[in-house]
Amino acid sequence: MLCWKVKIMNLNFNSPLFEVIRDEKKCVKCKLCVDQCSNKVHLYDEKKDIFKVDDMKCVNCHRCAVLCPTKALVIKKYSLEYRENAMWTDSAIKEIYKQSQTGGVLLSSMGNPNPFPVYWDKMLLNASQVTNPSIDPLREPMETKVMIGRKPEKLEFDSKGKLTTKMPPQVELSVPVMFAAMSYGAISKNAHEALARAADDLGICYNTGEGGLNKDFYKYGKSTVVQVASGRFGVHKEYLNAGVAIEIKIGQGAKPGIGGHLPGRKVGEDVSYTRMIPVGSDAISPAPHHDIYSIEDLRQLIFSLKEVTRYEKPIFVKIAAVHNAAAIASGTVRAGADAIVVDGFRGGTGAAPTRVRDNVGIPIELALASIDQRLREEGIRNQVSLLVSGSVRNSADIVKAIALGADAVCIGAAALIALGCHMCRACVSGKCNWGIATQDPELVKRLDPEVMHKRLVNLVSAWNYEIQELLGGMGINAVDSLRGNRLMLRGIGLNEKELEILGIKYAGE
Amino acid sequence: MLKEGEIRIPSGCAISGIIDKKGKRFSGEEIIKSIALMHERSNGLGGGFAAYGIYPQYKELYAFHIFYDNLSVKSQVEDFLAKHFEIESAGSIPTKSVPNIKDQPLIWRYFVSPKIYMSKEEVIDEDEFTSRCVIRINKEDKGAYVLSSGKNMGAFKGVGYPEDIGEFFMLDGYEAYMWTAHGRFPTNTPGWWGGAHPFTMLNWSVVHNGEISSYDANRRFVEMFGYKCTLQTDTEVITYLFDLLVRKHKMPMEKALKAVAAPFWDDIERESKEVQNELKSIRTVYASALINGPFSIVLGFAKGMIALNDRIKLRSLVAAEKGDRTYIASEESAIKIICENPDKIWSPKGGEAVIALLEGENNEPKF
Repeated sequence: MLCWKVKIMNLNFNSPLFEVIRDEKKCVKCKLCVDQCSNKVHLYDEKKDIFKVDDMKCVNCHRCAVLCPTKALVIKKYSLEYRENAMWTDSAIKEIYKQSQTGGVLLSSMGNPNPFPVYWDKMLLNASQVTNPSIDPLREPMETKVMIGRKPEKLEFDSKGKLTTKMPPQVELSVPVMFAAMSYGAISKNAHEALARAADDLGICYNTGEGGLNKDFYKYGKSTVVQVASGRFGVHKEYLNAGVAIEIKIGQGAKPGIGGHLPGRKVGEDVSYTRMIPVGSDAISPAPHHDIYSIEDLRQLIFSLKEVTRYEKPIFVKIAAVHNAAAIASGTVRAGADAIVVDGFRGGTGAAPTRVRDNVGIPIELALASIDQRLREEGIRNQVSLLVSGSVRNSADIVKAIALGADAVCIGAAALIALGCHMCRACVSGKCNWGIATQDPELVKRLDPEVMHKRLVNLVSAWNYEIQELLGGMGINAVDSLRGNRLMLRGIGLNEKELEILGIKYAGE
Repeated sequence: MLKEGEIRIPSGCAISGIIDKKGKRFSGEEIIKSIALMHERSNGLGGGFAAYGIYPQYKELYAFHIFYDNLSVKSQVEDFLAKHFEIESAGSIPTKSVPNIKDQPLIWRYFVSPKIYMSKEEVIDEDEFTSRCVIRINKEDKGAYVLSSGKNMGAFKGVGYPEDIGEFFMLDGYEAYMWTAHGRFPTNTPGWWGGAHPFTMLNWSVVHNGEISSYDANRRFVEMFGYKCTLQTDTEVITYLFDLLVRKHKMPMEKALKAVAAPFWDDIERESKEVQNELKSIRTVYASALINGPFSIVLGFAKGMIALNDRIKLRSLVAAEKGDRTYIASEESAIKIICENPDKIWSPKGGEAVIALLEGENNEPKF
């Protein structure tokens, strides 16, 4: 936990979170660690020819340890422990120290890290044996393409059998994966470039997030979803027409019910220009859209955006997974959204109030299952696409999400990890040593888009092979036949209510 | 043990079908011979037939074949029927005793016309009214099961080898212009007569070999449109898919086939712009209607039959033509035993339908 509202008081009760240990026998004193650490953990005393370390500043990002040529550095959890107490845990105590020292709201980065159930890990997949054959993706075609957008209730044909229905616009994804919305500002220009180029190579989309679109990236338009959030940063006509779809961000899984917050220190020249806000000003998007106070207002915004893009682009609406997500999703479909993106309570963020992140919202697996079921009961599921995000870690999670009823998933943290993120959860500091969640030019240039976009391509391609393998095992050769195919799932370690909500049977049933 | 509808039971099978495209009627003897040859493909736990053109004297009426477990459910269903239909004629279906056929239910037949004014809803047509009544009986009346509900057609099925079922129902005494047959190899079954195939809905009948892996995706799709998959079988959901696409959504049959056995995206890319647009639209809108996994089916309807394999042909299916007749079977030998020298015999490609329609119906293979 980090707290950035700084009111210096003399007394600091806090102890370090991590401890940096240097093996003097291995260290060759190259000082790479000193150069690399933006947090200034490592210091070199020339006179005494020794290294000093400031553990208090270490965020455990592994930059020094990974780059150290002799692997002389190890970072460990700081071993000073409080007296064991199941109620008053370390973090409970430390948070009080921090807040009583600063008077500020606790801020956190990335998704909810607490030990809530991970339902992906409580579902198991099926495979064919004897009564129907599994299909070998190395020998047979195996289709993972999906179409995202509104579908008419039915197709119509004239008396000669010719199609007369005009299809609404669709976004074609070669793999049922998109890169989740992460704004320029929250992440660096190079990180955005890597995402954009990878999406382009893969035949999928990345999402601009709420920070507008850098001029240099308009050329990746066919692989871009542009976002319109409550702050309307960087939104103008050219921007709205730059991508293949527009996403209206109503909520985010990491912070349902509140707006976004980009600290002023991350707003440099270029971010300022792209977002259309002054340099150094905090970019705070309001909690609600100030033109959306109800569902009928959402409808107006959806259709305003359709008008400005001549009905050529699908409009996505992104909501956070909250208690009545199913009813909200239903209303959103009826308001005219072409796709719904639901972000679970483990969804990531550059910065969110800790209490909101850790206590508001529900698991994406449960939200997905109940939304899909509700839309089916209302007979409207087939008319929209349903995307989910917030804790999709691997191809098996994707397969399970689709079997529960999703059309595709969005990955944020997983994509950043491919770019080198080590999940230290200090994005809010703006000092990301991996060049991802920072605007410091010295740090940004550490992330080479040329190299990094290939890692993203590798990741998604590898997942696609695995998806094909899992599909083939189930005797399915198109991802369409997996969507909502809950018989392919069985629960393990779940109670009856959980099984009921997920709409799946127990293993062995 | 749970019966069909309470549990999903995978099964392998044999299928066979014959149509005379001139509409000339012939007895059930040949289809029994054909399906009997594939004895090894069934295990005695289910067999059945669908016959089209058997009730010319009542061809304007819906012919209901109903299984009853007991007399009390019979009177309950008959009350319902009397309330919703004019019953022209009713009686038990004649059967003869066959050593291998045991535990048969009460088997009754009704020729009825719907009292459509009984519908609480706004204008629905006769077919829709009738199908809703059938779905209601099958769902609500425990111990009763409507196994066929079409016009001038009927299904005959039960627990046993198909040739024994054919003998039991004395199908050599019926004359039809089209017959389909099914022999079943379920992996487990409590031996419930309603669980045998073919499955029918109005004039649709489906005999099917395979275990589709898209079952739940297909089921949850059709259930959005008011269907209720009470049996949890592939055949049931396939029938509802066709009913939805062709009868309710009025898709031309050839387009519906492109939804259930959709061409691969790569193949679509190679088509002309116009065809591409059409196929893309079908795959996009009806993605959940794609039937996946191994299947070979013969779909019967008033105007003819259509045989179809899954897109990568994971089940055997052979077709043949001789004169006015088209033959379909799981194995070539099952055709050759009743048609020694066909004019043409071939193994249809995966996803490529064999369409055999009554003459004069060629351009519009509609329901």
